[in-house]
Amino acid sequence: MALDKSTSVLIVDDYKTMLRIIRNLLKQLDFDNVEEATDGQEALAKLRAGNFGLVISDWNMQPMTGLDLLKEVRADARLKDTPFIMVTAESKTENVIAAKQAGVSNYIVKPFNAETLREKIEKVLGHA
Amino acid sequence: MPDGHASEDPIERAVRAVLGSLSGDMTVTEAALLAELEALGREVARAKTEIAALRVDDINVSHIPAATDELDAVVSHTAAATNEILDCCETLEALQPRLSGQDAEALSGAVTRIYEACSFQDITGQRISKVVAALKAIEARVAAATAAFGCGNPAAPAPVAEESDSRTEGERLANGPQLPAAASSQEEIDRLLESFD
Repeated sequence: MALDKSTSVLIVDDYKTMLRIIRNLLKQLDFDNVEEATDGQEALAKLRAGNFGLVISDWNMQPMTGLDLLKEVRADARLKDTPFIMVTAESKTENVIAAKQAGVSNYIVKPFNAETLREKIEKVLGHA
Repeated sequence: MPDGHASEDPIERAVRAVLGSLSGDMTVTEAALLAELEALGREVARAKTEIAALRVDDINVSHIPAATDELDAVVSHTAAATNEILDCCETLEALQPRLSGQDAEALSGAVTRIYEACSFQDITGQRISKVVAALKAIEARVAAATAAFGCGNPAAPAPVAEESDSRTEGERLANGPQLPAAASSQEEIDRLLESFD
């Protein structure tokens, strides 16, 4: 299935360097419509104000974690179907299960490669 | 047992109170109790002297702050270096349209690998944050131990009270990167997610 590369993507991470890396990898995948947020609260405000087709979020952020952001997104009538990929160093089974139960679309463990990012984006947008 | 009632701790006070209450002829049991109490008092005094000799205040006042400063500097320098590398990658990517065929692909592939490798800075930053948190926990416990023996530096940081667990699920489960032996691989995570379908 051909991906819609005009999809608006919100990337959320408290490490500015990581935002830059993901943005550049997305650019290589031809996703140019990308915005950034540095924690869950800022991301939620941008999601509510905008029209995003994909969220790629870190877990470990303050004052709102990626898991808490995911729960807020799934509880919001307008945002609840937005594809949500967690990209995180949290690799414990209990974290993956908690994210799945909260409605995560896919889960990437850091450090990751561009191929894994492409594969997961294709999977979640293909099912969107 | 040393004198100096003004600075004595609760154990010393209790020993002195018991000793003061003993008068007249003592039974064998009372004499044994007295000997035990005196030994206890000497033990407390010796422990205080040894803790003072260890200069534990240095741990909180000097060593731990210096270690956290050094670690903060590591994070700062690696972030600066990583951003410099990313600047160079973006410059290289801007040259890509001037190339064609295999050369363009080779450049793109190399730049992608550099981007992937640069994510080390996020992982090392999170690992260092965990070490800093551990140092702060040690600092709090050292302060608590020295305060309990009455030999702490008044200028040292106060022991941190245990925080009540009002954290969200996301905060409770946020532990940062696992050591390789304890971490799940992407393949294991994929299998786990598929098991829910």
